Amino acid sequence: MSAHAEEHFAGSNKLFISIWGWLLLLTLFEIFLAYKPMSTMIMLTILLGLSVIKAALIVAYFMHLKFERLSLVLTIVPMLVVCILLLLVFFPDSFRSAGLRYKFKEPPPVPVESPEP
Amino acid sequence: MSTEARAERFAAADWGGGVLPYRVGHRKLGMWLFIVSDCLTFSALLMGYAYLRASNVWPTPFPFYPSIVFSSVMTFCLLSSSLTMVFGVSASSRGDKARARKWILATIFFGVAFIVLHLIEWRHLISEGLRPFYLPEHWVNVFTTTEGVPPTPLFGATFFTITGLHMFHVATGAIYLSVVAARVKKLKHEDIEISGLYWHFVDLVWMFVFPLIYILSVDVGGHLAR
Repeated sequence: MSAHAEEHFAGSNKLFISIWGWLLLLTLFEIFLAYKPMSTMIMLTILLGLSVIKAALIVAYFMHLKFERLSLVLTIVPMLVVCILLLLVFFPDSFRSAGLRYKFKEPPPVPVESPEP
Repeated sequence: MSTEARAERFAAADWGGGVLPYRVGHRKLGMWLFIVSDCLTFSALLMGYAYLRASNVWPTPFPFYPSIVFSSVMTFCLLSSSLTMVFGVSASSRGDKARARKWILATIFFGVAFIVLHLIEWRHLISEGLRPFYLPEHWVNVFTTTEGVPPTPLFGATFFTITGLHMFHVATGAIYLSVVAARVKKLKHEDIEISGLYWHFVDLVWMFVFPLIYILSVDVGGHLAR
């Protein structure tokens, strides 16, 4: 690759404006979702899906990663995904501590003393 | 030529020295590695937030106005600042440094607008009585469950930590971009592109913070307004 080609920044302004429009549309859709009655888990899944799409658009086009060498993408992206997924390792604990906290919302029963012999 | 011999020759061409194996300069590679590590910082904070949220009664206090309106306008500001930054980098790749500087100044303007709006939004919450380790009295009354379990005071801790760290990144980015704008004629194109990378990363983080912190804590039924 010549030095001149390296200076070139791929992507037209029209492309960037359309990416910006898509990002705005997805954001508006998220705000619309906020007022739809649904369970938190479903909402979380949809919101995270939309966020990942938005992040991918930003990384690919605005941060230009789509036009970089594949070896750079493979160095950066897979290990980041693995590390973030590894953070989930603590999650079962959060459900456990929730259970521990609410088990004794009333004081534990006083043990009945056996009658004197 | 056998497959192994060919693979070896490819590897030697990239990693044998004398070339940039990723075809990016060392500063740009360094910025990418910094961004990866910063991604992990924010992921850990958001994961900690999710952990606390799953193991506590969580208040959902954000009204449509001011919180959601403000945060949506802030999102618009950040997205637009990314667009102007991309235009700046694009202009600098064509060698048009004067235009690149104008676009970078527009980016700084949107970034500062984001910080100002966010601080106004923080002031609303602080004047309502939200603190890192206390909830306002009336929030506790409204969000206590029917079994009598109160909402966790850690709401404020996660909110101020995550949005605060993000705001710090925006402020740092605005300072970084001002330096780049001041020295734009002396800098190489790649240096301007690197500052763009950092700015887009700040935008990217907000794409996760906004739905997870704001959208998931909307006061849908208007409980606090009553």
